[in-house]
Amino acid sequence: MKGISLGYILRRLAIFFLTVFIAATLIYIIPRIAPGDPIAAMVSRMTQQAGYVENSDAIIEGWRKRFGLDDPWYVQYLRYLKNLITFDFGYSLANFPTEVKDIVLRAMPWTIGLLSVSTLLFFVIGNLLGALLAWKKTPGLVKLLIPVSMIFTSVPSLLAALILLYLFAFRLDWFPSIGSYGRGIQPGWDWAFIKSVIWHSVLPAMSIVVVTFGYWTLGMRGMMITVEGEDYMTLAQAKGLNPFYSLYRYMIRNAILPQVTALALTLGTLVGGQVLVEYIFSYRGMGNAIFTAIRNQDYPVIQGTSYILILTTALAVFIMDLIYPLIDPRILHEDK
Amino acid sequence: MATSVAPLKQASRFNRFDNPWLNPKLLIGVFLIFLILGGAFIGRFLWDTDLALVGSSPLKKPPVGFSHTTLRGTSVGTMEHPLGTDGDGRDMLAVMIVGAPRTLAIGFIAALAGMGIGILLGFTAGFMGGRVDDIIRIASDTTITIPSILVLIVIQSVIPVNLVGMALLISVFAWPGPTRLIRGQVLSMRESGYVKMARISGASTFDIMFKEMMPNLIPYLAASFIGNMQGSILAAIGLEVLGLGPQRVPTLGKSIYWSVQLSGLSQGLWWWWGFPALILVIIFIGLLLINLGLDEVSNPRLRQRVE
Repeated sequence: MKGISLGYILRRLAIFFLTVFIAATLIYIIPRIAPGDPIAAMVSRMTQQAGYVENSDAIIEGWRKRFGLDDPWYVQYLRYLKNLITFDFGYSLANFPTEVKDIVLRAMPWTIGLLSVSTLLFFVIGNLLGALLAWKKTPGLVKLLIPVSMIFTSVPSLLAALILLYLFAFRLDWFPSIGSYGRGIQPGWDWAFIKSVIWHSVLPAMSIVVVTFGYWTLGMRGMMITVEGEDYMTLAQAKGLNPFYSLYRYMIRNAILPQVTALALTLGTLVGGQVLVEYIFSYRGMGNAIFTAIRNQDYPVIQGTSYILILTTALAVFIMDLIYPLIDPRILHEDK
Repeated sequence: MATSVAPLKQASRFNRFDNPWLNPKLLIGVFLIFLILGGAFIGRFLWDTDLALVGSSPLKKPPVGFSHTTLRGTSVGTMEHPLGTDGDGRDMLAVMIVGAPRTLAIGFIAALAGMGIGILLGFTAGFMGGRVDDIIRIASDTTITIPSILVLIVIQSVIPVNLVGMALLISVFAWPGPTRLIRGQVLSMRESGYVKMARISGASTFDIMFKEMMPNLIPYLAASFIGNMQGSILAAIGLEVLGLGPQRVPTLGKSIYWSVQLSGLSQGLWWWWGFPALILVIIFIGLLLINLGLDEVSNPRLRQRVE
């Protein structure tokens, strides 16, 4: 990548590690400074659910040892960080001897797949509609219809998921209600499986896209209005440039830049929304794994899956930071 | 861009809405939020909120005017439970009356705490500059990209929380937005004429911050506050829907959790999750409208009409 200095990459890399470090530290510190013994609380909740837990003293003892709670705090903390860096999350409590790693590896592709498709969809649709909304040459009817399509904006994707699930899966029976592919279909690279996967992902992806694209439409409209007032737009018009050319090369090209930055900043929220949508649709991704783990009080799985998702999000932001100078070379000069 | 018609059109618009704070988006948004709050407030006097407890009412009664048919027969909604009852015998109207203000309260407390930290850090970073600014800027830039709900899930799966505890935990992620905003505004205002003027006149830093800059920041702060409320309510609902958060009190998110867990969706008991969802949708649309309205206050360019 021409023009990207080593310093730029190192700075972004440092930010990446810092993000993961802050998240990991918050996870570690807050339960420990909160009142009450977390492990005793976990066992008492197990007792609530299961009635009676055999050898609960032994479990407490085992966990104290597993978490090394009898060591000084800095030893505990460093060991915790070491476990995170080496991806050692131990075993699932509910499905012993399944390793947390295996659960993550099984669920991750589904989450990444669904999230990339829906992100691509809402980002393209949202920005395109926003551009059309601000463009002078857009037909009036389109400008009237776009705001109407945005009524679901700001509704949490979780609620959209509930409504879509009820209407299109249970009421109309157009789409399957649970899972990532049909029962009895063998996973493989054949058409039947791929078709089933697409069919199952329509509603979850829709739940995210329908409620999200409006934000990008609004943001893009604001940016386009700003760009429209720039001198170079007057010049473009005076030069008699083809309006489509100036729309794409002059307006969208400039207005999209803050939108890309905003995408990196909202990625965390998106991942959170996706987790909940997966849970509503029993989609086989990380969200469902997390929910199953919460229900089973399966703490290692909750911790492992959440940590990997946080890590992936930070990684995605890092990659976007590296790509950003390619679409806006000015950033490299500002950075110096 | 500038045509001869434009000034005329703008002038007529400015005559009708010369106070930007009275724009329709803002007013409708505020109305929706007050509708929910007012409804819940009046409801507490007119309705028995003890009906929000498990087993206080018959199971799975549909709302008034609807009927629900199962293998065991048909049940018809009555005025005794106008919004129906859930699968555990809670009256839905009572759950709404108790739950809706709780949801708003969580958002309000978390946003308020986040705003407080944000004002403190934002002004500090903007005024002190240098190392301090670097640290605050990097801390807020990194924290904002963390998927907060995942951190909250891990924390709340370990420690039990009450309503205020949940709000304060959420506020751990509610400060970067206001901090970034205030820092940016302070940096740009610091060089503006009126602040220089105040400094030359010998105004103290505190006076410059709160008497000179703060009034100009209010529309931005308000928008950021509302944005934080949306984010915090979203996080709270997410945690509740996953079965975390305060355990014994009925909330809107808990209602959805139970209806998903006890297959309220597949049984067609739409009122079980539908009414909490409806209240939440009204809250979120209300907050969005307030935010868009505030945007128009602080950014006059957006006031041009879509035509």
